[in-house]
Amino acid sequence: MATDRASVPVAAAPPGEPATIPELRSRPSRRKHFDEPSGVGRLGRYALLCLVAFVVLFPVYTTVVAALKPGSEVLQNPLVPTTVTFDVLVEAWNEGRLGRYLFNSFVVASIVTIAQVVTSVLAAYAFAFLEFPGKRLIFLVFVATLLVPLEATLVVNLETVDGLGWLNTYQGLSVPFLATAFGIFLLRQVFLTLPRDLRDAAAIDGVGHLGFLRHVGLPLVRPTIGALALFSFLGTWNQYLWPTLVVNEAEMNTVQSGLRLLRRSTLTEPNLVMAGTVIAAVPIFIALFVFQRQLVRGLTAGAVKG
Amino acid sequence: MLAPSAIILGVFVLYPLGRAVWLGQQRCDNFGNNCVSQGFGQYVDLFRSTEFQNALGVTIRFALITVPAGVILGVGLAVLADKYLRGIGVFRTVFSSTVATSVAVASLMWLFLLQPSVGALANVGWFNSLFPSVKSPGWLQDPDTALWAVSATSVWANLGFTFILVTAGLQSIPRDLHEAAAVDGAGGARRFWSITVPMLGPTLLFVVIVSSTRAFQTYGEIDLLTGGGPQPSNPTTTLPYFIYGQNSPIRNDAGLQAASAVLLFVLLLLLSGLQLAGIGRRVHYGD
Repeated sequence: MATDRASVPVAAAPPGEPATIPELRSRPSRRKHFDEPSGVGRLGRYALLCLVAFVVLFPVYTTVVAALKPGSEVLQNPLVPTTVTFDVLVEAWNEGRLGRYLFNSFVVASIVTIAQVVTSVLAAYAFAFLEFPGKRLIFLVFVATLLVPLEATLVVNLETVDGLGWLNTYQGLSVPFLATAFGIFLLRQVFLTLPRDLRDAAAIDGVGHLGFLRHVGLPLVRPTIGALALFSFLGTWNQYLWPTLVVNEAEMNTVQSGLRLLRRSTLTEPNLVMAGTVIAAVPIFIALFVFQRQLVRGLTAGAVKG
Repeated sequence: MLAPSAIILGVFVLYPLGRAVWLGQQRCDNFGNNCVSQGFGQYVDLFRSTEFQNALGVTIRFALITVPAGVILGVGLAVLADKYLRGIGVFRTVFSSTVATSVAVASLMWLFLLQPSVGALANVGWFNSLFPSVKSPGWLQDPDTALWAVSATSVWANLGFTFILVTAGLQSIPRDLHEAAAVDGAGGARRFWSITVPMLGPTLLFVVIVSSTRAFQTYGEIDLLTGGGPQPSNPTTTLPYFIYGQNSPIRNDAGLQAASAVLLFVLLLLLSGLQLAGIGRRVHYGD
C-alpha cells in the first residue's frame, strides 16, 4: 500500500486544505467521485463527523480546561474555562517537577534509541554478511526473544539491576533495553536486499567490513533506521511499568512514573494533576505531528504488506 | 559485532526468563530469603489458586470487552472518514490523535473525567442526572462498573492506533470494486459487508491480535485508575497487575511473582501461536 501512494507528492494538496498525513489523505480526484455525498447527505456527514470528533476529543478538552483554571474554580463548570491562568501549569512544571521528569525521560529515551540503532546495525550486518558457525541457530534465538513479554522478565531484571546498585539511575532505566531483536530483524531484511557479489567485489578491492558498512550499508538502511529510532524513542518514552519498579526517588522519575506520583494530588488539587498531564502529553503530540508520515508508514507496514 | 546485542539480550531477556522458571518453583519468606524448592507443582497450585484464577478471569473479560469494542469503533471511525469531502484530513488527524497519548496520560485524563468528587463528567449536571452512578458511588469505585470504566479508557487510548491501521487497510481496497458494485446496484450497506469487510480481513486479524496481546499486558490503566480494586473482589486486577501491583497479595513473594510471570508468558505464547498460524503466510519475511 505504501508503495503506490509514495508517488503522490505532498505538495499537491489543494490550497485551503491542511497538509496532513499523506498516507491518510483523500486521494486526489479531479472528477466528482461516484460515492461523493452531496446536498443534505453531505451536511449530515459533516454533522456526524463533528459530533464524533467532539466525543473523541472530549477527554482531552476537559483536561486542558482543568489545567487552565485556578484551583478554586476547578469544580465549577468543568466544561467552560471561566478564568484562564497559566499559574497551575507553571506550578506543575516547578513544584510538580514535570520539567525534571521530562528531562529524565528525554535522557533515557535518547540513550536507548541511540544504543538500539547502533547494536541493531552491527548485529544485522553480522547476520547478513558474516559467516560463522551456528549463525542460523543464533539468529533464531535472537528472534525468539521477541516472543518474551516484558512482564515475564522484569521480576528478575529488577533483582539484577538492584544487585548492580542501579536502582534510581539512568543505567537502571535504560541498560535492559539497549538491544532489540526487532531492530536487528528489521535492518537485516534491508541488508539482505544487497547482492552478495557487491560485498565480494568490495572485499577483493580491499574494503573491510566496517568500510563496506559505512559506505554501502548505512546509506541503504538510513530510512529504516529512521523508523526504528522513532519507534524506540516512543516506546521508551511511553514505558510505564519498568520506571515505576526501578525508581523510588522522586528526582529520578520519568514522565510516566512521575505522573503516578502526581496522581496522589487528584483529590486535593485536580487541576495540578491535569496540568501535569498536559505538560506530559505535549512533547509527544508535537513529535507525532512532525513525524506522522513515518509513524503511519511504520504502523501500516506490518499490517497491510502482504 | 554481535556481542553487544547478544550480551544485552542474554542478560536481560534470556537469563531472566530462565531464572524466572527456576524461581517459580521456590517458596520464600516475606523478605525473599530462605527459599525452599517446592517443585514444579507450585505452578499448578498457583494456577488453581483463587487469586490467580480471578486475575486470569479479569484479564480475559478485559480482552473480551476491549478487543471487539476497539475493532468496531476503529472500523466505524475509519469508514466514517473514508469519504471524498473537503477538510476530511482534519477529521482524520483528530481520529488518529489518541495514538499520541501514553497509558499514563490517557489514564489520568479519564481519572479526571470519572472521579466522583472532582471529575468532569460527575460534575456536569445533565450527565450525572442521566447516569446517577457516575457520581455515586462512581464508575471506578463500583465493583460492577469498574472494569467497564477501565476498558473505556483503554479503548479510547488505543483508538488512534486502530483507526490508522484500518484506514490504511481501507485505502488498499481498489475503488474499482466499489464502483463496479455500485453500477450493479449494490447499496452502501451491501458494499460494506460484501466488499469492505472481506477485503479488510488481514488488517482486522492483525488489529485483533495486537489488541489482545496488549490486553493481556495491561498494567498502567489499572495502577492509575483502580489499583486493581475496588476491594475485596478485585474486579480489575489483571495478570500483570497481579504480578507487579502495589496492592497485589504476592507483591513481596519473588517465587510466586516469577511463577505468575512465567504463566503469563505461556499464555502470551499461545496468543502468538495464533498470530503465526493466522497471518504467517501473509507477512513477507524474505530470505
